[in-house]
Amino acid sequence: MSHVEVMNGNRAAGIAACLARPDVIAAYPITPQSSVVEFISRMIAEGKLDAKICEVESEHSAMSVLEGASLAGARTFSATSSQGLALMYEPYFRASTLRLPIVMAIANREMISPQTLWASAQDSLSVRDAGWMQFYAEDNQEILDTLLQAFRIAEDSRVLLPINVCYDGFYLSHMSERVVVPDAEEVDAFLPDGYDPEHIVLDPDRPMAVDPLTNGDLLTEYRAKHLAAQQAALQVIEEVDAAFSNAFGRSWDGAVEPYRIDEGCQAIVVTLGSMTGAGREAVDRLRDDGEAVGLLKIRAVRPFPAREVREQLAGVPAVGVVDRNVSFGWNTGIIYQEVSSALYGVQGTARIPIISGLGGEDITVEMFEDALRKILVAGRLSSERRDETPETIWLRQEKEGGAA
Amino acid sequence: MRSEYIVPIGPDGIYEIKTGTWRTTDPRIDQDVCIRCGVCLMHCPVGAVKREEGRFTIDLEYCKGCGICAHECPKGAITMEGRLSA
Repeated sequence: MSHVEVMNGNRAAGIAACLARPDVIAAYPITPQSSVVEFISRMIAEGKLDAKICEVESEHSAMSVLEGASLAGARTFSATSSQGLALMYEPYFRASTLRLPIVMAIANREMISPQTLWASAQDSLSVRDAGWMQFYAEDNQEILDTLLQAFRIAEDSRVLLPINVCYDGFYLSHMSERVVVPDAEEVDAFLPDGYDPEHIVLDPDRPMAVDPLTNGDLLTEYRAKHLAAQQAALQVIEEVDAAFSNAFGRSWDGAVEPYRIDEGCQAIVVTLGSMTGAGREAVDRLRDDGEAVGLLKIRAVRPFPAREVREQLAGVPAVGVVDRNVSFGWNTGIIYQEVSSALYGVQGTARIPIISGLGGEDITVEMFEDALRKILVAGRLSSERRDETPETIWLRQEKEGGAA
Repeated sequence: MRSEYIVPIGPDGIYEIKTGTWRTTDPRIDQDVCIRCGVCLMHCPVGAVKREEGRFTIDLEYCKGCGICAHECPKGAITMEGRLSA
C-alpha cells in the first residue's frame, strides 16, 4: 500500500530515484539540488538502497561517470542546477548522442550574473537543444510521479534517450506539501527490472568500439534517428502515463495538461512549472467573473508536443505565454518561441509574450489575473490586429522604494 | 540508411576514415625487442594495431602517427621515423 508523507520537492525526487532502484548515482552538490543526492546517499549508507554513489569533483565528472556506468548497463541517476548544469554541458550532449537513458533531476535556478540562487528554468531551457527529453513539474507529487515515468520512457526501446525532470528551485525543491509515496512493490511492477542495453554497451562478451571518429555522412544518419526517437517519445509518453494511471491511479495528461479549456474560450494562458498553481487560481477567479478563460500547462518541452499545443490553442482569440526565463535576441521568453512555432500559420489568434518571475520573484494570483485580462483585451482586437506581433509584457510586482 | 545502428559504434565508424593520410611520422616495431605484451594495441586510438600470428603489426592505412604506442611501449620497441625530414 502507498502512504502519505509531507515532504519537499527534493525529498520527493530522492524517494522517486530510490524507488527506481538505480545502480549508479553520481552528482556534485549545488543549491538548490543538494538535498536530493544527500537523501540518496543516506539511503545507501543505511542499507536501504543497493547502489553505488560516486562523489566526484565536478558536474562534468558526474555526467561522465554516469555515461560509463550506463554504457556498462547500469540504471543511472543524477541531479543538478544552474551553473552545475552549465559545467556539465560537454558530457551532457554526449549522453544524448550516445543514446544513454540517464535520468537527471534539475532543481531549476537562474543563471548568473548577477549572483542568484532562485528559481527560473533559464538553466535547463538553455540546453533544450542538446538532445535530452525535458519534463517540467508543477508540484511535488508530479516530481515523484514524473521521475518514475521518466525511467520507463527513457529506457523504452523506441526512445533510448536521457531525460530531465525539472522543477523550480525553492518553490518546489524546498516547499513541503502532501505527497503520496507508492510502495516499492508497486514501482517494481511498473518499471522494467533494470536497464539492459543492446544498442551500445561496454561488455567484454560483446566487444564494440564506442564513439569512433565518424564522418558527417554517418553523423547525419544518427541525428535523423535521434530526432525520430524524440518524436516517437511523444507516443511513449502517452502510453507510459496511461500505464502509470492504471498502476497508481494518477494521470498527468501526457505532454500537456489543459485546465478549463473549452469551445468558447476567449483567452488562454500558457504556463510551465510551479507557476501553474497560481495560474489555475486566477483562471477560477475570472471564470467566477464570467470570463471564458483557460490554462495550458506544458509538461514536456522536449519532445515539444507541437500538435497538442496547436490543437488546444489554434482558433482561440488570444493566447499569452508566461515565461520565467528569457530568450536573448527574441525579446520574449523561450516557451513563447516554442508555442509560436507550434502556431505557425494560424491566423486570428493573438500571441502575447509575458516575462515574469525571473530570479525567483513571485508570480502571484493577482499578476496572473492581470495577465489574463490583458490577454482578453488582445483577443477583442480585429482579426488582422491580432496577427500583429505584440509588445512583450514584463509582469512585475509593485514594490515601494528602490529599484522597481 | 547506410547504418543498422542508432549510435556511433565500431562496425560503422572506426574504419570509415583513412586516418593514415594524416601521418607525418611512421611507427616501426622492432620485433626482436617486442615482448608481445599488447600495450600498443590497447592504447592505439584508431585501432590500427593488429595481432597477427602472435606478432603485433600496425596498419599504416589507419595509423595517424600520434606516437602514443611508442611512448607507452615498456621496452621501447617502437620508434617513430620521420617522413617529412626524410
